[in-house]
Amino acid sequence: MSRLIEGRAWKLGDDVNTDLIIPGKYKLSITGLDELAKHAMEGVDPHFAEKFGREDLIVAGKNFGGGSSREQAPLVLKHIGVGAIIARSFARIFYRNSVNVGLPVVECKDVDKISDQDILRVDLEAGVIKNLTKEGIYRVKSFPTELWQILSEGGLVQYVKKHRRLPWQT
Amino acid sequence: MEISRGDRLEIGFSGKVVSIIGGFQLGKNHFRKILSRASGKDAYAGDLVVAEVYAAMAHDGTALLAIEAFEEMRGEKLWNPSRVFLVLDHVAPSATEAFSKVHKRMRDFALKHEAKFYEVGSGICHQLMVESGYVQPGLIIVGADSHTCTYGALGSFATGIGSTEMAAVFLSGKLWFKVPETMRVVWKGSLPYMVTPKDVILKTIGTVKADGATYRTIEFRGSAVDEMSVEGRLTLCNMAVEMGAKTGIVEPDRKTSEYLNSHGVKPEKPIVGDQDAHYAQSLDFDASELEPQVACPHYVDNVKPVTDVEGVLVNQVFLGSCTNGRIEDLRLAAEILRGKKVEKGVRMIVIPASRIVYLEALKEGLVETFVESGGMICNPGCGPCAGAHQGILAPGEVCISTSNRNFRGRMGCMDAEIYLGSPATAAATAINGEITDPRRLKIR
Repeated sequence: MSRLIEGRAWKLGDDVNTDLIIPGKYKLSITGLDELAKHAMEGVDPHFAEKFGREDLIVAGKNFGGGSSREQAPLVLKHIGVGAIIARSFARIFYRNSVNVGLPVVECKDVDKISDQDILRVDLEAGVIKNLTKEGIYRVKSFPTELWQILSEGGLVQYVKKHRRLPWQT
Repeated sequence: MEISRGDRLEIGFSGKVVSIIGGFQLGKNHFRKILSRASGKDAYAGDLVVAEVYAAMAHDGTALLAIEAFEEMRGEKLWNPSRVFLVLDHVAPSATEAFSKVHKRMRDFALKHEAKFYEVGSGICHQLMVESGYVQPGLIIVGADSHTCTYGALGSFATGIGSTEMAAVFLSGKLWFKVPETMRVVWKGSLPYMVTPKDVILKTIGTVKADGATYRTIEFRGSAVDEMSVEGRLTLCNMAVEMGAKTGIVEPDRKTSEYLNSHGVKPEKPIVGDQDAHYAQSLDFDASELEPQVACPHYVDNVKPVTDVEGVLVNQVFLGSCTNGRIEDLRLAAEILRGKKVEKGVRMIVIPASRIVYLEALKEGLVETFVESGGMICNPGCGPCAGAHQGILAPGEVCISTSNRNFRGRMGCMDAEIYLGSPATAAATAINGEITDPRRLKIR
């Protein structure tokens, strides 16, 4: 996985829950990711998936990904090209799921300083976001080593394929 | 810097952080004790520990991804087939060919790997886990479903995980956990007439808010919790995740033992938290002053007393789910509906949480009461709660549900409204066709 991600910010509000990210009626009727991802974020904006560009970034408020444990939520976001999600805070299951599917999730207290469509460069390893539109620099919460080793390999399945063991197995 | 007695300090010592208060090391709460035992380490809040999992569950909404990840990881054998539970409940019976394929894949996988398998019609995964006897105090249980936190009502450390992590558990029987801080929620007093555990948890969520307990665990205490049945405590813990919590817990007591015994389980001496354990936060409520509560669209923490929303017209009433589909819930609703009719133009859907609950409801004549009053019974399962079948709403429609989420689109329609309430509020609402305070109705 690339440690530097550069893209356009798509601003969202607080409490974007998993039913808004991928409604249950699709999750429970469509099993192919290509088809399912067309409905990504439909609860927020029905045309979100069409507008979103590869490596673009979601910038949201508090409690992003609250609700269900459905892994389809981070999966559809990764599938439409989300480079990283930057939020004031994340719901815990969504956060873990994102790391496990290789979707970078970054906690940042300065999300209010970022405007919709700003161009950002996220340095995952240094824990810094550079706003190229406004020339601001924001610090982000760093990943614990245990999570970084999973995320940097592109997720838990990729980790196991490469190392032939789980991170906690010797 | 001055340190006074009672201050909480964290001191790095040989790479380990210890919590002390004014120079005396603090006791451990329930969760730390469970995680310490299962990880073989002295676990402190904030630590990442790898702990042994006792049982693991996935259902038809999450198991396919877990099976695919398991196979991609070249999994050949489950770590312990008798501790892996696969349940068909979210869309059961299947409503589409695509989902029938998911069910088939799960059946085949369970057969091949000799996992425990629950066929269509068995019930909701969480109720089945509780009835299985595998949910016991002090054990760690994971489920690929956010409402796995329900099992804390029996003193387990139970939490929801994603499908890929579930595949890792299938392989290894282990998982990493961040040791959580704990929040104590104390409900003193006794619940008044027609005020239920659902009202207790809705009021708690309305106060703590949807992210007020993120990465924390919640310990429910106080006389109102002591007086609750285990079924009521299951309702409390079920909704801990609606505050962002990793799980909820009620410390095991005599009622817990009796409940487990009735399910054929003789648990070991339960783990109990120390009296001087540290809590990140403590909240106190008085149950005797509580009114029935309703969560209003479109967020679970948008909670109001029922008296503030009385008169809202409804099209559908749903009584069921892992929150409120147990026998006591059906009894309470039936008591209100007996000899009365569901208002014309209102659909009342009743879904027992499991086959065992269904049979009991038949024996007690509750099913007859619901059908006579104009309601309908669907087979045990998640029903309309997950938004795939058995009661999808139309644009502009309103539903009152005893389930746990009222997010926009939850019951299959983006332009419908969902209110959450207790079985008593739902039954009273069914009779009047508008949201009704159950305390108003005369029970025969």
